[in-house]
Amino acid sequence: MITLSHFIVLGAVLFCIAVAGLFINRKNVIVLLMAIELMLLAVNMNFVAFSRFLGDVSGQVFVFFILTVAAAESAIGLAILVLLFRNRSTVNVAEIDSMKG
Amino acid sequence: MNDTNLFQLICFYGFAAVTVAAALAVISLRNSVHAVLSLVLTFFSCACIWLLAEAEFLAIALIVVYVGAVMVLFLFVVMMLDIKMEQVREGFIRYLPVGIIVALVMLAEMLALIGVRAMHGHMMGADPAAAAGLSNTGWLGQALYTQYLLPFEIAALILTVGVVAAVALTLRHRGDRRRESASEQVRVNPRDRIRVVKMAPSRPDATAQQPGSEEARP
Repeated sequence: MITLSHFIVLGAVLFCIAVAGLFINRKNVIVLLMAIELMLLAVNMNFVAFSRFLGDVSGQVFVFFILTVAAAESAIGLAILVLLFRNRSTVNVAEIDSMKG
Repeated sequence: MNDTNLFQLICFYGFAAVTVAAALAVISLRNSVHAVLSLVLTFFSCACIWLLAEAEFLAIALIVVYVGAVMVLFLFVVMMLDIKMEQVREGFIRYLPVGIIVALVMLAEMLALIGVRAMHGHMMGADPAAAAGLSNTGWLGQALYTQYLLPFEIAALILTVGVVAAVALTLRHRGDRRRESASEQVRVNPRDRIRVVKMAPSRPDATAQQPGSEEARP
């Protein structure tokens, strides 16, 4: 029988994989964007699981909104990436330091 | 009934294993195209798990929206940009221990926080949508179009702003083309374009002998 903890543990594992991806891919912005997508997926997994087990529709509605915002985010992120590559000819995070933050 | 539950559990473990393996491939593969393809596999098996949780609409939406649109966008960008792999991968080994340690510590903390044993009591009960006498899509739609109508409209607005922003960011004006300026066209005043000349009416000169001499008139 599938229990709530099955879904939540899977969400936690996905989230931690995404965090590890952020740490080990310091050179490639595309993989960083993909790791962020994985994090959002992990959060969505928790929302779906709690919505199902508590019988509340709000969780699934929120997953819907998260999908919408994530789609817009990745569209704008990829547009910025294309612009960055056009101007600097690199996707290396270490070299993108013109703002001296 | 017990056989069904066992089958569901086996399906869950299978899909979860594929999800985790594909997610590991996303962050560790050398080729970005392969990484995007394994992200597609991650989303797909995640959608299968959501189907097990009877969230059918969201599972199909994940496949259609994410695999169908967002991941294809990723693939386009990855293939369009010419990325040198050797340069991108340096530092991978250096940061690998840090990444693994942070991820494992975080996972341990999360599992301690969740309390895996405490939630084993929550069995998957009856489908709440079916209990309300609706399909999953109907259940979701009724909440979306009544209680969450304003956020729904705002989500549409966010998507529009996203499209406009993406186009505005990547639009490039080339100097060697003639373009029409919409704002200038709108701002045009008819008085600048047409000049109405008032002339006094005149008739052909009665004294002229030939009609050809009309052009010579001042």
